[in-house]
Amino acid sequence: MNIELTGVSRVYGATRALSGVDLAVSDPVRVLALIGPSGGGKSTLLRLLGGLEVPDTGEIRFDSTLLGRGDNPVKSGTAMATGLSEHRKRNGFLFQAFNLFPHLTALENVALPLAKVHGLAPDAARERALACLDRFRLGDHAAKRPAELSGGQQQRVALARAMAHRPRLLILDEPTSALDPEMTAEVLEVIAELCRDGQEIVLSTHEMGFARAVADEVVFLADGEIVEWGRPESLFGAPKQAAVKGFLGRVMRW
Amino acid sequence: MLLSWRVRVSPRQTIAWTVSLGLGATFCFFFWVLLAHPWRWEAVAPYAGNLLAGWGMTLAVSAAALLMTVAIAGALTAGQLSAFAVPRALSRFYVEIVRGTPLLTQILIGFYLLAPVLKIENRFVVGVAILSAFAGAYLSEIFRGGILSIPKSQWEAARAIGLTGAQTYRYVVIPQAVRRVLPATAGQFANLVKDSSLLYVIGLGEFTMQAREVNAHTYATFESYVPLALGYLALTLPISFASRWMEERFRYEH
Repeated sequence: MNIELTGVSRVYGATRALSGVDLAVSDPVRVLALIGPSGGGKSTLLRLLGGLEVPDTGEIRFDSTLLGRGDNPVKSGTAMATGLSEHRKRNGFLFQAFNLFPHLTALENVALPLAKVHGLAPDAARERALACLDRFRLGDHAAKRPAELSGGQQQRVALARAMAHRPRLLILDEPTSALDPEMTAEVLEVIAELCRDGQEIVLSTHEMGFARAVADEVVFLADGEIVEWGRPESLFGAPKQAAVKGFLGRVMRW
Repeated sequence: MLLSWRVRVSPRQTIAWTVSLGLGATFCFFFWVLLAHPWRWEAVAPYAGNLLAGWGMTLAVSAAALLMTVAIAGALTAGQLSAFAVPRALSRFYVEIVRGTPLLTQILIGFYLLAPVLKIENRFVVGVAILSAFAGAYLSEIFRGGILSIPKSQWEAARAIGLTGAQTYRYVVIPQAVRRVLPATAGQFANLVKDSSLLYVIGLGEFTMQAREVNAHTYATFESYVPLALGYLALTLPISFASRWMEERFRYEH
């Protein structure tokens, strides 16, 4: 993956979620992990990368696609807006709270974008959705609605929905933060599988062991700024910044 | 120890019994009053045909107005949720004026001022138009509330998978909103049936007007108006049952 951020800021009201972030990631990096304290800007950075929001200042590019430039507000119908919409269709986004559609079955949740966004015929969409649910070991639950599924199953359905169209980039926003340890394990297992299969992934997580195991590159974000970034063995093994050392010391202690 | 034989009654049970006894006593008193009345059914019997014709007219007006109400409410809701300021302001203005003024005034202005200018002389048509213009304003607020009650995360998930705005309404928001607005919509429909009784002021021979005439001929007030109440119940109860049935049919939360 090729990601380039230059001076990216994002402000919500009086809160600076990101302030002047510079970041360059390029091949052969396939899996990028964002770690750091809550409220540090991880989610905002993922939402910008996913094309769900645009920066207030600075510029952000994924591969050759411009995902917003601060001095250039996005108006509907412009080339910029079309580009962002194409970017969203191409990629997959997984939310912390799953955000499945409660009135649709697991199968319908996965098949809906295939049929309506990616233009598959209804039968083909169902078939692909079913194959995708099978892959995440949800074949028996295809006809169930989200309320009938456990949190871990719901997140795997959401993962199937985000993966069914074979996304260029998969973005995972704290995929296991709403799950208990057992369900966390079942979801991380599936994500690790995707990593092994070569899927390009950017994720934020509080699971340090997992980040260390799967990531090619790790970014530590706090107070809207990148404090340190590098290979996982150096960032986890020998952190240079005091803030990173302190954070890792606290979260790894128990 | 001495008091240990006493049955323990929870506050919930106390409330349940008080409410049940209170309502039961009220019903008994009500039926006793009705039974004690010296009924003169023979006085109104010759006019049974008039009452039946009036009931049929009320059914026809209500059914036609119900369909038009949904169409008007849909248009007003779209106007109020529009991204453009002009339709938003106009819809809002319409809703506030209609909800804030008496139906009686609206019927009189509609029939004696507007209809002649538009060269509409058919009382049925004018009645249906005024009634649905009135109920449409209320129903549009119910629809608007239903749509706004769908959480932001659902819109966001729809955007992330690449649905367009129209697709988001069609496949995600409206199916969930329909389920939520069913009870209030049924209430509004029952109101519409009863509000049609005011159309007697423009001489439409509906149920209430027939009952008034029977009363004028026979001086048998309750023998004229109790059948009126039962006749309206025969129209509103099916609406209520249909709504409950649909609530169950479209339920997805378990």
